[in-house]
Amino acid sequence: MSKDIDKEILVEKVREFERRTGHTVDSFPDDPQNTASILGEHRYLSEPMSVEDAKKEMSARSRRYFLSIGATTLLGIIGWRSLSDETKDLLFKSKDRLLLKTFEFNESVSQFFFRPTKLAPEFPPEQVTPIRTNGFEGLEQEIDVAAWTLTVAGLAGRVDDLVITMADIKKLPRTEMITEFKCIEGWSTIVHWAGVKFSDFAAVYKPKTTSGAPPDVAGKPEDLLPYVAMSTPDEKYYVGWDMPSIMHPQTLLAYEMNGEPLRPENGAPLRIASPTKYGIKQIKRLGRIEFTSERPKDFWAEYGYDWYSGH
Amino acid sequence: MQKLLEKKHPLAIRWMHWINFPLLTMMIWSGILIYWANQVYGIRLFGYELFKFFPPWFFEISKVDFWGYKIPDYLPPWAYEWTNIPQRLAEGMQLHFFFMWLFAINGLIYVIYTIVSGEWRSILPVPSSLKRAPLVALHDAHIVKEKPPQGKYNDAQRIAYTSVIVMGMGSVLTGLSIYKPLQLSFLTALFGGYEWARWIHFWLTISFVLFFLVHVFQVIMAGWRNFRSMITGYDIVDAVEPNAEPIKAGEEATV
Repeated sequence: MSKDIDKEILVEKVREFERRTGHTVDSFPDDPQNTASILGEHRYLSEPMSVEDAKKEMSARSRRYFLSIGATTLLGIIGWRSLSDETKDLLFKSKDRLLLKTFEFNESVSQFFFRPTKLAPEFPPEQVTPIRTNGFEGLEQEIDVAAWTLTVAGLAGRVDDLVITMADIKKLPRTEMITEFKCIEGWSTIVHWAGVKFSDFAAVYKPKTTSGAPPDVAGKPEDLLPYVAMSTPDEKYYVGWDMPSIMHPQTLLAYEMNGEPLRPENGAPLRIASPTKYGIKQIKRLGRIEFTSERPKDFWAEYGYDWYSGH
Repeated sequence: MQKLLEKKHPLAIRWMHWINFPLLTMMIWSGILIYWANQVYGIRLFGYELFKFFPPWFFEISKVDFWGYKIPDYLPPWAYEWTNIPQRLAEGMQLHFFFMWLFAINGLIYVIYTIVSGEWRSILPVPSSLKRAPLVALHDAHIVKEKPPQGKYNDAQRIAYTSVIVMGMGSVLTGLSIYKPLQLSFLTALFGGYEWARWIHFWLTISFVLFFLVHVFQVIMAGWRNFRSMITGYDIVDAVEPNAEPIKAGEEATV
């Protein structure tokens, strides 16, 4: 019964379509061997006509389409030719070119969904993989770990920079995590890190705020200066981080890797380790940390990589 | 003999089909640029490497000497940089993460349109399609004479066209789980983790390339009229089809 009503509605719809488009709507004949009739596929057919008429109408349609394709192509070529070199540079070469702007757009989409409470997966110790070392910018000089110091700038209530030592870092709560280290080249390893949560560091070495009010690091992180600039002691390698990513509970100031103190090629004595961004952002051999209101420069971003590079 | 004009492909489908062609090309090309930064996949059988997608000599190809000239010397200036193979990761990522939007949006609109317009009736397979699809292949290979009954597309096409849509969704989802493995960690976990998601993403791309090759071959075999219908939307058909005799919808309702 209801099937008949469905059919009537269907036929009514078909008639409406025919009136609107001038096509005849046909169905494929009932045949359990034909998927088209099982699924009720339709055909849209014109009224019967002579061979000549059919050919004439078909070539009229073809002509229209192929002429418009030709015209569009021609317009495209002329349009491209008439673009000035400045416009082309702006589109494809400049710092503000479309593709780099897209990185920033993707970043804001990403930031919209970024939840600081969301944690990256952690792994059992037996899944730790051999260390893979990559990237030696800023590590060319010998490092004297004993004499190493860290300069911290942009601290609340201070005008000058603060210089701290490894002993100061070690006084902060120790955190361990086994997380995936992802290189922007496409490979990944699983690393056992130990160090200090950056958020624990910032709770003691408090950043300035945008409003100028005294910082409330845990309660009101959105008022802290929005960026962190970090560089190696020789300033040959430098990265910029956004505040939400660096304050993520899995972003560490790491001093141990797989149960041993960091080796020089892996960033001794102190580096960033975090599953929130690619390896290019996890700077080795920290020399300076600065809280800042300006988006910091970034070594690989200058080569056309995504400044944010966030996961 | 009387003829009919049959409307084969709605305008929206034709637009999205042709827009997808350059978009998928850009996604694959930029994907290759990214892949070259860490090209690890091949085909291994019992521990032997049968095949690597870009063997070491490929990266040296621009240095190979042909009668005193190297390949780049034979190319026009605009093509010159194409032979510069390694170290194009940043460029690849810029392109990939721009065109991904267009590729995904075009695909999404296509899926919605296909559902809403009822076009899904032409491309979805049913369980018994699995039985008829091999017969289509045998018929195409001139081994079996009779052709299984079909609508606009045969059952092999239905399976292929539905698969390629599922593959597209798979590419978007595995892509997202490599791109944002922390924010979308549930998705990454669904594909078996970061490394597996990358592996699936890669093989889906290879499948797209294979689909493309078969598709182009079939289009060439099907001929000009079939190709033209994907541009104009129409084809000329006989008023009385030997294979599928049309019954008017009105008559059908009275049966």
